[in-house]
Amino acid sequence: MAQVLKRILIKLLWVGVVFLGITVISFWVIHLAPGSPTDLQTTLNPEAGMEARAQLEKLYGLDQPLHIQYARWLKRLVQLDFGQSMSGDHRQVWDKIKERLPLTFGMNMASLVLTLLIAVPMGVASAWWRGGAFDRVSTVIVFIGFAMPGFWLALLLMLWLGINWPILPISGLTSLGFDSMGTGGKIWDVTKHLILPIFIYTSGSWAGMSRFMRSSMLEVLRQDYIMTARAKGLPSHVVLFKHALRNALMPVITILGLSIPALIGGSVIIESIFALPGLGQLFYQAVMSRDYPLIMGSLVLGAVLTLIGNLLADVGYGLADPRIRIGQGSSR
Amino acid sequence: MKRRPLKRPSAWSRHALLGLGGIIVGLMSIGAVLAPWVAPFDPNFINVDALLLPPSWAHPMGTDALGRDVFSRILFGGRVSLWVGFVAVGIATSIGLALGLVSGYFGRIVDEIIMRGVDVMLCFPSFFLILAVIAFLEPSLTNIMIVIGLTGWMGVARLVRAETLTIRERDYVLAARAAGAGPGRIIFRHILPNAIAPVLVSATLGVAGAILTESSLSFLGLGVQPPDASWGNMLLEGKEVLGIAWWLSVFPGLAILFTVLGYNLLGEALRDLLDPRLKQ
Repeated sequence: MAQVLKRILIKLLWVGVVFLGITVISFWVIHLAPGSPTDLQTTLNPEAGMEARAQLEKLYGLDQPLHIQYARWLKRLVQLDFGQSMSGDHRQVWDKIKERLPLTFGMNMASLVLTLLIAVPMGVASAWWRGGAFDRVSTVIVFIGFAMPGFWLALLLMLWLGINWPILPISGLTSLGFDSMGTGGKIWDVTKHLILPIFIYTSGSWAGMSRFMRSSMLEVLRQDYIMTARAKGLPSHVVLFKHALRNALMPVITILGLSIPALIGGSVIIESIFALPGLGQLFYQAVMSRDYPLIMGSLVLGAVLTLIGNLLADVGYGLADPRIRIGQGSSR
Repeated sequence: MKRRPLKRPSAWSRHALLGLGGIIVGLMSIGAVLAPWVAPFDPNFINVDALLLPPSWAHPMGTDALGRDVFSRILFGGRVSLWVGFVAVGIATSIGLALGLVSGYFGRIVDEIIMRGVDVMLCFPSFFLILAVIAFLEPSLTNIMIVIGLTGWMGVARLVRAETLTIRERDYVLAARAAGAGPGRIIFRHILPNAIAPVLVSATLGVAGAILTESSLSFLGLGVQPPDASWGNMLLEGKEVLGIAWWLSVFPGLAILFTVLGYNLLGEALRDLLDPRLKQ
């Protein structure tokens, strides 16, 4: 028990350190611009003028020494106060981000499930019949999947399924006349709009996941307990599902945690292409209009979400692996 | 230890991968380097009499909305990709190599600090970080290469650290230390040469990643700026006329696909060739 407590304490310390690191890097990005952010803002965007300058200086306390700026910024940050957006609506950054989160989160979850549904059976089959026909064909497909730029696939699908043979909507989240539809109609309408984006999300992650699953499975199949199970004369489906698959799936938990930043990053392109009102599109608009408070808010939030994801993956791994659960496994 | 013998991919298929990857990368590189001499047209030459022409003998990949030859622009776009790939990966690999060696060799507090730095950097969705930095600076080729490099060193650092940790304990390193060699000599003469193989593999795969990132940035309008051609910004222009000029959206994408595929194949084949654990 003491070991487990110690492990948890070390983990919490790690989270604190990494969180501070995230804020330091983000803070550094703000000060990256030659001169101060306010100079850049006013030269690039003259109409923003004095009002924006005053607002920014107040927000970041730019007249203060660096360490005081950082301390103040950090203090507001932990209260989820990212300041006001510099776009026309002047709303709180956190409010703008909050309303965008569910869509991005939902699409990511849907595509994660889809990715696992495709990648796990594919990787397992490849490893089980290593060197066989299925392994060869799937390896070729995986290589192409790896190299396929998601935005290009999106363009091609928009061309085929949206224009040449229009069966799916290619822009936005709802059709015209959405408000007059019944509940079932509304659900179907949104679903139709999300099919292509979720497909593109999935196309970006299944190849890597399937490759990972394959090597994880190969690693497990090499273990002595698999040989023992075979030697006992157990039928191969028992060896496969009971002995091999369970153990091979474990590292996937970690990979899921590690894949979060790529998913969040990918949302920028996918949501801009399909004009979906999620966090990625908000971030893209913020970058294009140089809405600094919004950029910083999204950046910090993206990193913190990843941190939380990693933590959850760690906890999940601990729960799934008895060696770690009772505290004898090697540390990370 | 006896292990169940595993079927290794045959030498033939490994060489085939290496060959295929090499051919693709070679052709793309030659096309990019020789672009000024082999391109049939000036990539930025605007011809109002040849707007949006479909592929033909004169223009094998058609022309764009300004009448520019798509094939020539793809060749010149290849220069951008090649350049970004090599410079960005050069930056990332140098940083990762230096930090990984220091971290692995000196251990303790140095290691702790560097590895927590890696953890922090890995938390940022790198595309968010790149976009944020580009928003503060200006989108330009130089900035993109630097930013992609600065956000891509963490994998190499971890890799090199792990290699260093094992090599550090080898007998020949202990012998060198016993003979009075200093850390500099041990790191550069004994550890670095033995840790370089996996770095080479990761750098090759890294070129593919950097090319993908650059084309994504350019596709969002935050990368290489028009009129300079890059595969990403060509696709952005193609998107505007998606319904009437498919060739603008198809050929630059194929160029990205093949180039990335080529570097990935090359990287995987190198991994197989260089990894002593796989070699037996």
